[in-house]
Amino acid sequence: MILDTQLLYGLVGIFLFSLGLSSAFASSALLRRILAINVAGAGLFLLLIAVAYRGPEINPDPLPHALVLTGIVVAFSATALALALVKRLRETDDD
Amino acid sequence: MTDVVWGLLDLLLILALLALAWGSLNSRNLQRAVIYFIGFGLLLALVWVRLRAPDIALAEAAIGAGLTGALLLAALRDASHSPDHTDRPDRAWRLNPVPTLLSLGLAVALGLAYLQALEIADPQRLAVAVFSHLEQSGVSNPVTAVLLNFRAYDTLLELAVLLTALLGIMALGQARPAYAQAGPVLAGLVQWLTPLLILVSAYLLWIGAHAPGGAFQAGALLAGAGVLLRLAGFPDSHFPAALILRGMVIAGVSLFLAVGLVLMLVGRGFLDYPPAWAGGLILLIETAATLGIAATLMLAFLGGRPAAWSLDTSTTGRIQAADMVRHNTGDNP
Repeated sequence: MILDTQLLYGLVGIFLFSLGLSSAFASSALLRRILAINVAGAGLFLLLIAVAYRGPEINPDPLPHALVLTGIVVAFSATALALALVKRLRETDDD
Repeated sequence: MTDVVWGLLDLLLILALLALAWGSLNSRNLQRAVIYFIGFGLLLALVWVRLRAPDIALAEAAIGAGLTGALLLAALRDASHSPDHTDRPDRAWRLNPVPTLLSLGLAVALGLAYLQALEIADPQRLAVAVFSHLEQSGVSNPVTAVLLNFRAYDTLLELAVLLTALLGIMALGQARPAYAQAGPVLAGLVQWLTPLLILVSAYLLWIGAHAPGGAFQAGALLAGAGVLLRLAGFPDSHFPAALILRGMVIAGVSLFLAVGLVLMLVGRGFLDYPPAWAGGLILLIETAATLGIAATLMLAFLGGRPAAWSLDTSTTGRIQAADMVRHNTGDNP
């Protein structure tokens, strides 16, 4: 049963990752790409947390948790940088 | 019986998660796509709780859903005049065979690796090392112990990454124009929420030593208070003066680094805390990191240099900010 939960969420994570990645490639609008990359990142986080899960009785592995925690913050800062680049691009185009 | 309940919960969570992800990737209207993404983030926070990762649930709700959502909505606002924003007549995207096949291949490879990892997993791995040394780490929350003690080096570098991203954003131009003064309801709400957010942030910072919480969650909440102030029409969100603001941004990295170097000077390894001092040193580093993360996330939300960032006498900056407010009074969403 534990393995089932782990397997289920891990596979959903992989599915989200590939869904996000392929639509990041497929869409032309830059904002959509940034959104899609964020979904792909969330899928990878889900995979890592599924690896850490040990069932309801045993404490989960804190190492992937720490990785994902820093990952969320890095993903935000990368998104902010990407959006600032988009804004700059648009300003340059307008001139 | 309980298995059935858990199974049902899993099924509902996953279906809703996939539906929201699909919506945020395929919705024709970009604004709707962003709203779907925020919902996706909030649901993901529930998934983290389900998978017994409450530290991450807190961070996801505050950063993944909250701050990223606010950032994307702000970016949409300044894209609203450009052609690529509005509802597209055709599909949001076209399936392109090569990248799609590549992503599928990558997914299959990941899946195979994952199945193999589950098979060979002796269920312990590094977790055992963490739990057996937890008592010497100075804190009892294993995630905080990993972040600030066992793998402190990684966290130091991560704060440096955050700082680098911010420097990039600052180099790219001015901040987004300020928002118009909020009406009485939002202004009143913000007045009540800001002190509460500061209080909860301090609580999360303190409790992070032995329960879910810590510098990242506390910093994100504090940044959330700043974002709220900005949205309610305070152009600089009560930022401190330029020098202090710059000091805050580098506070996390510099204090972390200083602690590591001082420990080397007294003959220990870099960031190798003496067990008796570990708890205090971790709290010290986390306090500086909270301030640094809050200032960094908040400035990243602005998308460029705010008036308060500029070191030359604040008069010109203030006038510019006031001008921007006047410019945008009709533009407040």
